[in-house]
Amino acid sequence: MSEITSLTLYELIKNIKEKKISSNEAVKSFVYRAEKSKKINVYVTENFENCLKLSKEFDDKPNFDLKLPGIPIAVKDLFCTNEVRTTAGSNILNNFVPTYESTVTQNIWNEGGILLGKLNCDEFAMGSSNETSFFGNVQNPIAEDLVPGGSSGGSSAALAANLTPVTIGTDTGGSIRQPASFTGTVGLKPTYGSCSRYGIVAFASSLDQAGPMSKDVKDSSILLEVISSFDKKDSTSIDFKRNNYSSELTRNIKGLKIGIPKEYRVDGMPDEIEKLWKKGIEYAKDCGAEIIDISLPHTSYALPTYYIVAPAEASSNLARYDGVKYGLRSPGKNLIDMYEKTRSDGFGEEVKRRVMIGTYVLSSGYYDAYYLKAQKVRQLIKQDFDQAYNKVDAILTPSTPSSAFKIGEKSNDPVSMYLNDIFTVPVNLAGLPGISIPAGVDKNNYPLGLQIIGKPFDEQTVLNIAYSMEEKINYKNNITDWWMK
Amino acid sequence: MDEIMSKNNLEYLIERNDNVYEVVIGLEVHAQVTSNSKLFSSSSTKFGAEPNTQVSLVDAAFPGMLPVINEFCVKQAIKTGIGLKAKINNKSVFDRKNYFYADLPQGYQISQYKYPIVGEGNVILDMPEGQKQVGIERLHLEQDAGKSIHDIDPSNTLVDLNRSGVALMEIVSKPDLRSPDEVNAYIKKLRSIMRYLGTCDGNMQDGSLRADVNVSVRIKGSTDLGTRCEIKNVNSIKFMQMAIIYEANRQVDLIEEGQKIDQETRLFDTKKNETRSMRSKEDAHDYRYFPDPDLLPLEVTDEFIDKLKSEIPELPDDKKKRFIDELKVSPYDATILVSDIDTAKYFEEVVAKMGKNRDIKLAVNWITGELFAVLNDKNIEIAQSPISAKNLAKLINLIKNGTISGKIAKTIFELMLDGDIDPQIIVEEKGLKQESDPKALEALIDKIINDNREKAIEYKQGKEKLFGFFVGQAMKASGGKANPQLINEILKKKL
Amino acid sequence: MTIDLKTVKHISKLARISLDEKKAEKLATDMNSIFEFIEKLNELNTDKVEPLTSIAETTLRFRNDKITSENIREKILKNSPEKNDDFFVVPKVVE
Repeated sequence: MSEITSLTLYELIKNIKEKKISSNEAVKSFVYRAEKSKKINVYVTENFENCLKLSKEFDDKPNFDLKLPGIPIAVKDLFCTNEVRTTAGSNILNNFVPTYESTVTQNIWNEGGILLGKLNCDEFAMGSSNETSFFGNVQNPIAEDLVPGGSSGGSSAALAANLTPVTIGTDTGGSIRQPASFTGTVGLKPTYGSCSRYGIVAFASSLDQAGPMSKDVKDSSILLEVISSFDKKDSTSIDFKRNNYSSELTRNIKGLKIGIPKEYRVDGMPDEIEKLWKKGIEYAKDCGAEIIDISLPHTSYALPTYYIVAPAEASSNLARYDGVKYGLRSPGKNLIDMYEKTRSDGFGEEVKRRVMIGTYVLSSGYYDAYYLKAQKVRQLIKQDFDQAYNKVDAILTPSTPSSAFKIGEKSNDPVSMYLNDIFTVPVNLAGLPGISIPAGVDKNNYPLGLQIIGKPFDEQTVLNIAYSMEEKINYKNNITDWWMK
Repeated sequence: MDEIMSKNNLEYLIERNDNVYEVVIGLEVHAQVTSNSKLFSSSSTKFGAEPNTQVSLVDAAFPGMLPVINEFCVKQAIKTGIGLKAKINNKSVFDRKNYFYADLPQGYQISQYKYPIVGEGNVILDMPEGQKQVGIERLHLEQDAGKSIHDIDPSNTLVDLNRSGVALMEIVSKPDLRSPDEVNAYIKKLRSIMRYLGTCDGNMQDGSLRADVNVSVRIKGSTDLGTRCEIKNVNSIKFMQMAIIYEANRQVDLIEEGQKIDQETRLFDTKKNETRSMRSKEDAHDYRYFPDPDLLPLEVTDEFIDKLKSEIPELPDDKKKRFIDELKVSPYDATILVSDIDTAKYFEEVVAKMGKNRDIKLAVNWITGELFAVLNDKNIEIAQSPISAKNLAKLINLIKNGTISGKIAKTIFELMLDGDIDPQIIVEEKGLKQESDPKALEALIDKIINDNREKAIEYKQGKEKLFGFFVGQAMKASGGKANPQLINEILKKKL
Repeated sequence: MTIDLKTVKHISKLARISLDEKKAEKLATDMNSIFEFIEKLNELNTDKVEPLTSIAETTLRFRNDKITSENIREKILKNSPEKNDDFFVVPKVVE
């Protein structure tokens, strides 16, 4: 049944619509494979039995007009799912079972998708390697003991290992695009306000955005069409005209102007990244795009800005985990003692670190020096992009400054870990859409990604460029299923 | 015991040794916005429900829940701002005030810190000595917290989140108040304005109106502000006044002893009648305010504000002016009549129902006299008055047109209390109509003069005091129904 | 600028996270290296720059004043680590 699990979403839908495969058969294939793939540790919570049941119900009364007819999908464990445990990768939510559904996942179920299970991720999405999860490391299917990226590491690994046809992640500073890059898959972070944040465990509210992760660009366009919606329950959701991304997908990008920002050529960047980028530029030219050199002068300030804004918001967003309403409680001799013990036991080291940083930068006497300063620099970073977009339609950069690293390699050095997000963070700060597509491999044969950044709400152009470059690049993951042996 | 001097109501002075201190007071009033649903969620705000039955996922801060603002609450805040003659800000921002507490589910309160929806305004107080203007610093919208209950379970605290997320207006005054009496007048005036506007019911018992009281003292005549202490969450005017008196004297004592006053938050213990420090300095709060990233700036257009302006009813100050100018009510009575919207409504209805031959003065007297006495006696509000404005107007008209005497009117008033009975019916049923037929009264008076010949002679000889005797006899003989004016006239003629 | 142990402990109080001495020391080291990297922002003069608070270039949308949420007490209390039929239960708070 392995051929079912290796199909793209588009192919799977086609097969189901043509009744060549039933929804139940598809679910069984993914469940079977998941049972053999425990070693890579992608699932925090399996929903297999319920998924099998729902797929049968779908097959009994199929509706092929739906966009995801009977398609099983596993999602990052940051999306609240009704009656299915939602942990955000944290001990503090270890036993939390929501009584509600996130808008993004609800959109998927409304179109016929069926929940396979909840995928591992960095605790509260804080991490770039999935090593901060309370539920343990996730193995990158590319090679043993390699991180799958983060924070949507369970999602990228599940996708690369053919354990779900598509998945959804969240991206605050690169958490969709970086793991996609590390696993040779496609990951799209939409414009801020495109996908509702309702029901997604919050990390940094002004940066968080859900998005599709898939095996190819077309699948991302199908999934984006389903998950992007205007939602009155999210005050930052934006009411703009959303395209039919998949049917409007085209490889005709002739005459589009693509910018190459010189500031992304950072010190110490490996040669192979530089080469990949150059190759990408050639591919873009081959597709008929016009290449224009641009400048995003405040690029090097993006990461320091991010490491003020994101922890500040997180320190406040995570204040609700106090042992009173839900989640873990550690006994204390009084209320304050209970809070302190609960949060000390419930949060992992990286979360504590960021909550501490965030608390510090907001604290009396430091607000102007850090938080206000960061908001001002954020403005400058946004203006950089605004100006660039007067000249170009999209921007092409590497997705990450390196390929996937070994588990444990960077976990003791927070700053070197943070540097991983150097190319993805500016996109979140400016609220722009960005996609990572696999574009080559490094000397170890580990995948490397290229990032295409678009204008606000112009996901279609981003997808179109990615779609046409994907054809030229013709990347194929060489995954040996080593963990199943 | 040190003495407390109070020369008049405007001034509250404390004298120690040879120093005279005045007290400087500013209030932060928390007024619950009258609305169906909460500020950022769609659960009910109704008072008195079973615990935790009016709590949405947003109110209990479940993961991934987001705030969405209630338009009506925004309108209510703006209307209140207009009532306070304040500047309405086209753009305001919601911030998070971060602190941990059992009844604060988010771990932060959504409030407005740097950019409030309403800016500076003012309120006029009618003090016995004249008017006093109190400055309003700002008004902002914020969420209420839940309730921690400490006295049900001996070993635990119980948390009820019904109030969590209810919209509050925090109205911050300038430090313009100088005495407990002014505080009383200020709170009552604010309450009155908000009740006119329908933006807050002002019910202090249910906690719809609470205040934090900032108190400092200084040598009278000084223009510097002393170090202030904030007395948190006082929920009655009486307690506010007690707390101020205690706190001001405590501060004066400290100064006189050469000690420093710590700027701190204090709690008023109503049982012991004292304030005490709430938190040690070590644990001083650092609220880490920052703009709530789940919300965007709140922007309102001038058209939006103008539309609300056009919906503002006549407010107490204007109503008072109109009562004085057009209805010729005395300033003193006008102040009383407009102080509460229901009283003003009642009075205006009485005036309207009296028709063309209205007697405003009589109406004022009856409302502030007889009616208020009854309400006071029964401890009820005018909205629950046992006598409707319509029937009181009828009663006043019966007096005015001479159908009944004032004395009989009081008897009828008593009878009306039993089910708001139409006074006309009482007059007819009980035969209480005033005797105004001159011929009948002449016959009656003739008989009295005849029966009291000696007294009539004494009167004619100059003992004028006896006139009253004859009036009394005539009234008595008529069973109180005789028209006193006619009696007077006829007696004068006959004697 | 360096963040000393005392500051770390103060911040952990504000954040309500208990820290033992060893962890506090480790955090102080980590925070210092992170802030060293953050200090780069001081290179920029931002005196005339408006802070960007929300990337979504729109204004706050209003909701109607309607009660649409019913009594869901059971759901609200369901996940609580300590509760009774009516209330969340926390260790005694003494004011």
